[in-house]
Amino acid sequence: MNEVLLVRGVELVDGSRTDLIVHDGMIVETGAGLDKPGARVIDASGLIALPGLVDLHVHFREPGFEASETILTGSRAAAAGGFTTVFTMPNTSPVADTAGVVEQELALGEAAGYVTVQPIGAVTVGQKGERLAELGAMAASRARVRVFSDDGFCVWDPVIMRRALEYVKAFGGVIAQHAQDPRLTEGAQMNEGVVSAELGLAGWPAVAEEAIIARDVLLAEHVGSRLHVCHLSTAGSVDIIRWAKKRGIDVTAEVTPHHLLLTEDRVRGYDARFKVNPPLRTTEDVEAVREGLADGTIDIVATDHAPHPSETKACEWQAASHGMVGLESALRIVHSTMVETGRMTWSDVARTMAAAPARIGSLSGHGTPVAAGNPASFTLYDPAPTRTFSVDDLRGRSRNSPYLGEELPGEIRWTINRGTVTVADGALLETPGVLS
Amino acid sequence: MRNLLDTATLSRADALRILDTAEDMSDTQRREIKKLPTLRGKTVVNLFFEDSTRTRISFEAAAKRLSADVINFAAKGSSVSKGESLQDTAQTLQAMGADAVVIRHGASGAPHTLATSGWISAGVVNAGDGTHEHPTQALLDAFTMRKRLYGDDSRGRDLTGTRVAIVGDVLHSRVARSNMWLLHTLGAHVTLVAPPTLVPQDVSAWPADVVYDLDEAIAAAPDVLMLLRIQLERMNAAYFPSEREYARRWGFDARRLAALGADSIVMHPGPMNRGLEISAEAADSAQSTVLEQVANGVSVRMAVLYLLLAGSTTTPATTSTGEERA
Repeated sequence: MNEVLLVRGVELVDGSRTDLIVHDGMIVETGAGLDKPGARVIDASGLIALPGLVDLHVHFREPGFEASETILTGSRAAAAGGFTTVFTMPNTSPVADTAGVVEQELALGEAAGYVTVQPIGAVTVGQKGERLAELGAMAASRARVRVFSDDGFCVWDPVIMRRALEYVKAFGGVIAQHAQDPRLTEGAQMNEGVVSAELGLAGWPAVAEEAIIARDVLLAEHVGSRLHVCHLSTAGSVDIIRWAKKRGIDVTAEVTPHHLLLTEDRVRGYDARFKVNPPLRTTEDVEAVREGLADGTIDIVATDHAPHPSETKACEWQAASHGMVGLESALRIVHSTMVETGRMTWSDVARTMAAAPARIGSLSGHGTPVAAGNPASFTLYDPAPTRTFSVDDLRGRSRNSPYLGEELPGEIRWTINRGTVTVADGALLETPGVLS
Repeated sequence: MRNLLDTATLSRADALRILDTAEDMSDTQRREIKKLPTLRGKTVVNLFFEDSTRTRISFEAAAKRLSADVINFAAKGSSVSKGESLQDTAQTLQAMGADAVVIRHGASGAPHTLATSGWISAGVVNAGDGTHEHPTQALLDAFTMRKRLYGDDSRGRDLTGTRVAIVGDVLHSRVARSNMWLLHTLGAHVTLVAPPTLVPQDVSAWPADVVYDLDEAIAAAPDVLMLLRIQLERMNAAYFPSEREYARRWGFDARRLAALGADSIVMHPGPMNRGLEISAEAADSAQSTVLEQVANGVSVRMAVLYLLLAGSTTTPATTSTGEERA
């Protein structure tokens, strides 16, 4: 497990080229022409070393919905996508609203061994939006929870939201809000606009997201708290966050890879793989979130990896579940939408997919630069190839990817988590650290 | 024609082919013996996830008059209501040897999912899906308009220049959507008339004008005024304040009937709420085509089933009417 690795000729995000020596889970030395007798040598010429990716927003379905994903299978999907740290949303069964559940998730993540699984705690008991969960107990637990969210549901009651924002200041927490006015989105099936009018599907208007974000940034300002906005999806939301940051409000925001790429036009044909919440929006919204991510208004990319079994997707649109898997494709989508378009550098990718999510989630020692003295968590990415994304690329338990059959750039060649190899030469290892 | 799922993607040529075939079918329905042997041995399943006696018996009559075997499948559950899944229902019908499935479903897009899933090889006819489309209703409405306008000279003609006002709950109406697309394809000009709450939020891509004032729409002297059924539960969701207010502002009452030109026709897909969206005077007037629509519905559905299942370009109905003329 703790073998010494010598990575030869890798390109860092600043464009410089170096060798790396990994020992005892740390990057111990960098520089040109390094040698280490007995080390396993990885020829990394043509590969870019990114920090181990950090995903602030995944759904691993365990406990409760293990037919869709488990912490082990989700961890494997994460490693395959170049991730070394994931934050799991609490909409499990039971809901992760107690210290017991978050500690169990943490333990299952450690046992899986592919990535650090950091549980997110529910804001309210059972995610019902009525009473605060024991946030302090989760924070003080072995899982050290700092991010709280009712994701899947909006903390809609303004008083509950205000109290939650205030309360978590006691232990440096943050509320990650799923911004969706429930009344404006009753029965909503897709973005409200031209396409919903044609398809006869109930609309999910942009204002239902924007109104909650506007309220929450003002609440965060009023009580001097920290707010994180999950999966922001509209041009108006970008404007509100930009305004709030300019005003000095302590807010961060995330966008999903699918909102960087896909538009509501995909709903034509009623293929439920494209059903997601918040819904796919318009071309103008895609442009705005790309611009927001590039200029720093949006801090991070997070996948909202949401596995579902095929029977809840191979059905009428209205009956289908919301959500898509995204861990295995995330980096390649960001490469395609942000790097290939010239809007971001690899350094920006490292910031938005590793450093910033770790900072928002208060996890030190994660998402750190590939440099001597830092933990040896990194991803070796080959930007050159373009391949068709297929079910073989999916390493979790569910198949509900919107990208199947799409040409995507890049390949994750190696993932190293604290010195332990999880992906070797493009292949996910059956046992972390055990190379054939 | 493989399936009939919507009118939005129905070409002008296909639409005219259906309407002209329906003319042939209509001719056969004037004979003493209405039944044709054309679809003998074929099985048509009426798969209805929503109750709709009118549409179901219209399809049933159409299939039976073409000598098809008809199975009525009133699906109680659906995957929406946690019953049997659409996939399992479809595969059951496939195993029973259905040649065509006529589906009515509460979820928009369900016929599309059925037709594109690979679960069945049968042709699929959309008999109304959620708030999406109801293509045979639009075809029978176009057939009825054409018949009123051109009588026996209808064959081969479209509706170029015809001005149609569609009044009512456009937001939730599959009839309005299907009519708008088909009428546009056939060259008609469509004006939608509704309370602003009952128009989709963005209709900028629709080939139709939208007005909120029924009197203004009537003053423009449309050739056709089509009323849509208002569902009373819409009131509870604040789409409009009360039945009385709706009837006052958007109801086609005796006064508005008098204001409408005597040559204009009045249509309603049924069932009607007399006294709400349409007054008894209007419903029973000579301008009303309500019962013709019902009769034409059978002919149009015969044409659709025929084109789906018989699939040849010459219709036996044409041949027989030819014989009659000879």
